[in-house]
Amino acid sequence: MTITHAEPITDSPLSIGGRSFRSRLMVGTGKYRNNDEMVRAIEASGAEIVTVAVRRVDLDRTRDEGILYHLNPNQYFLLANTAGCYSADEAVRYARLAREAGFNEFIKLEVIGDRETLLPDTQGLIAAASELVAEGFEVLAYTNDDLITALRLEDAGCAAVMPLASPIGSGLGLLNPYGIRTIKRRLSVPVIVDAGVGTASDACLTMEQGVDGILMNTALAEARDPVSMACAMRLAVEAGRFAFLAGRMPRREVAMPSSPASGMLE
Amino acid sequence: MSEMEIMVNGEPRRLPAPATVSDLLQHLGLDPRGVVVELNRKIIRRPQLGETVLSDGDAVELVHFVGGG
Repeated sequence: MTITHAEPITDSPLSIGGRSFRSRLMVGTGKYRNNDEMVRAIEASGAEIVTVAVRRVDLDRTRDEGILYHLNPNQYFLLANTAGCYSADEAVRYARLAREAGFNEFIKLEVIGDRETLLPDTQGLIAAASELVAEGFEVLAYTNDDLITALRLEDAGCAAVMPLASPIGSGLGLLNPYGIRTIKRRLSVPVIVDAGVGTASDACLTMEQGVDGILMNTALAEARDPVSMACAMRLAVEAGRFAFLAGRMPRREVAMPSSPASGMLE
Repeated sequence: MSEMEIMVNGEPRRLPAPATVSDLLQHLGLDPRGVVVELNRKIIRRPQLGETVLSDGDAVELVHFVGGG
């Protein structure tokens, strides 16, 4: 993306697992009030990577059919998740099923450790990541804001590490900017903040930490107007990214005049 | 023609025997391109659906992509 004015900032594309993406905003497909609103919000977000979950087919057809009846898989890069898995074995099973759907070898790995907070079981996460990497998956691992876990996931061969801003679906925003900055500073693989962003300022502040991207779902799906919020998030992610690339001014505890101190009248 | 009982997505289903996984999908009105099949916890790849024969007591899981974050 490029800002067209006298001195354009040129950003490099986001590269994950050997694939290149223009948009640094990734979005989920869950919890929308209806499929039409979901499709329009995703389009407005400018996202290329869209997450989906693996679940049993409803044999009675009383609920909605699969997501691919609504979302064109040729238009988006489908990133399947292992949401709802509480052990490494379960997550590996879901990942294999997802890959068999035949779209790509990417998996957003979640191994959840607690039903109230949905925080990750980091031991199970690292074990599942190692297994899936060995099986040829490109693993994007949802994790907490802990540096050591992030480093272990990178060592395990993950294509990207996805620390949370705050718990899934909480909308509490970026609770630990220091932790996220530290993870970004120490890792070589892309760092995508996943979960917790509630509104555009959260997204902007998160991108200003220098991370490579953001994945969000509830912030769009539960907005009063998901399509407008998706626009806001697209702009906020770009704004935060450009602000990071531009480099912010130093913080000072005292004022500094913007107008010349000299040339004042006697 | 005999019948067999298998578990499909956790629910018992009766099916005329013999039957392959393809027969089961057809019986349920499902397009094989839109589902992934696990038989007794082992994934059955699409080209094998027509040659994989079901047996009484088998556990089949049929999954697809739904909305998620």
